[in-house]
Amino acid sequence: MTSSAITASGLRKSYGNKIVLDGIDLDVRAGTVFSLLGPNGAGKTTTVNVLTTLMKADGGTVHVAGHDVATEAKSVRAAIGVTGQFAAVDELLTGQENLQLMVDLNPVPTDEGKRIIADLLERFELVESASKPVSTYSGGMRRKLDLAMTLVGDPRIIFLDEPTTGLDPRSRRTMWTIIRDLVADGVTIFLTTQYLEEADQLADQIAVLNQGRLVAQGTAEELKRQVPGTHIRLRFTTTHELDAAAHIFSGSTRDDDALTLRVPGDGGTKSVRALLDTLDEHSISAEEFSVQTPDLDDVFLALTGQTHSTEAAK
Amino acid sequence: MSAKSHAMVMLRRNFKHIARNPTTVFNAVLMPIVMMLMFAYVFGDAFNVGGDYIDYATPGMMLMAVCYGLGATATSVNSDITKGIINRFKVMDVSRGAVLTGHVIASVLTNLVAVAALVTVGFLLGFRPSANLLQWISVAGMIVLLGFAAGWFTVALGLAAKTPETAGIASVPLVMLPFFSSAIVPAEKMGPGVQQFAEYQPFTPIIESMRGLLNGTPDTGDTIAAIAWCIGIALAGYLWASSTFKKRA
Repeated sequence: MTSSAITASGLRKSYGNKIVLDGIDLDVRAGTVFSLLGPNGAGKTTTVNVLTTLMKADGGTVHVAGHDVATEAKSVRAAIGVTGQFAAVDELLTGQENLQLMVDLNPVPTDEGKRIIADLLERFELVESASKPVSTYSGGMRRKLDLAMTLVGDPRIIFLDEPTTGLDPRSRRTMWTIIRDLVADGVTIFLTTQYLEEADQLADQIAVLNQGRLVAQGTAEELKRQVPGTHIRLRFTTTHELDAAAHIFSGSTRDDDALTLRVPGDGGTKSVRALLDTLDEHSISAEEFSVQTPDLDDVFLALTGQTHSTEAAK
Repeated sequence: MSAKSHAMVMLRRNFKHIARNPTTVFNAVLMPIVMMLMFAYVFGDAFNVGGDYIDYATPGMMLMAVCYGLGATATSVNSDITKGIINRFKVMDVSRGAVLTGHVIASVLTNLVAVAALVTVGFLLGFRPSANLLQWISVAGMIVLLGFAAGWFTVALGLAAKTPETAGIASVPLVMLPFFSSAIVPAEKMGPGVQQFAEYQPFTPIIESMRGLLNGTPDTGDTIAAIAWCIGIALAGYLWASSTFKKRA
């Protein structure tokens, strides 16, 4: 399928004087995973709220499943499933009753409803705790139940707003497996996350949102190509050695505080050997040597204009 | 699916909540009875209301029984909105107000249970009304109307509050208001200022109309005022609740 599941153009939203979304354009192909990546407060949840009819945009047009969110909200709601940032489950009900509530609110025949509930409990490994109140569930179980509730109506477009925030690594991987299975069934996923690894793992297309604007869009590979490539990082013990090395390797960038030098290079054995030989020739020895390849973290930090504080702190 | 059946699904959910967390209803039913026992046994003889105190106090206590149930309604509506359940319903193809209607109906039904329990205790304490069947039905109708009005108003309070705790506190004035009405003692026995407030606040005509009906001497003026107040409060509560429901995401 090549049709669009979600399109937005010129999306704007502000609260009072504060502009939250400043002209967002999106095009999500049906049957793919689209990830909206951004730091806290970038406008991710606001975007989801507008796309899912929870909020009205101040400007721009949005179509979800071919329906305009502003004028055909009811049709949009019938086509989508939404799992928000915090598990919206009924704590006083059991897992089974939560799913039954969704069956009752969806146009599903009674006997089919029973089958759907049994299937979902099985699939999300919630069979054992099905008759326990949700207040006794762990964070990971709540998220799973939340997503299971979203799936009751068999929506073809699913919005997941930070579905793994606050989950332990194991629950996070379970969630990823579930999301991959959904995509295999042809479901379109709109995923927001602040974890780059998550976007890298799951998404076909990634858009980076920062302060209400999309600062980059593309596949994970395309985004990685936007930042400086592989480089070799050398750390010295004295400024004198750093000066000398910086003088030899033209095109390198130095960090005087950390006494490090970044030398562009592909990290292959040949170029590394050449570099080490050059150092030897000039009798300079580096305290530490490492080959660094860019990951989405570098892309993210470069695009959102934050300093690479982790590297500077080392 | 129709709005009506969605509201029924929501009502069933509210009933399950009450069954799981019975202390809220316990409070709503038991507190008015405790108040009734306190006023009838401890203070009652100190008040001169011209006649049996229990006959005077029961109609006021019936109104209090409605008010005591509202705290639980405000808290549970608020926890629905703060925990995101309402947002979940809002992004589904579910009729818009169903979840709120469910809360209001559950609140009215809780009120009816509380009032029935209170009136039963009243009878045991010597409450002897002289109302006929039609007047009793009118009293029941007044309780439902009051519960409906106060219910919508409380749902709005619950939606507007930031946390379940503040929602509970926001409903406290509704519990306190009956004390500054003719519920416990006639307004004319109160000090200046309070007396005028008691005479003109909505609960006084509602209590007076029920008192009149139960005595077999209904007062048309009070009854019309009571119905008008209830409709006004219900409408204000409904509009406030609807606009908050739409705005708050």
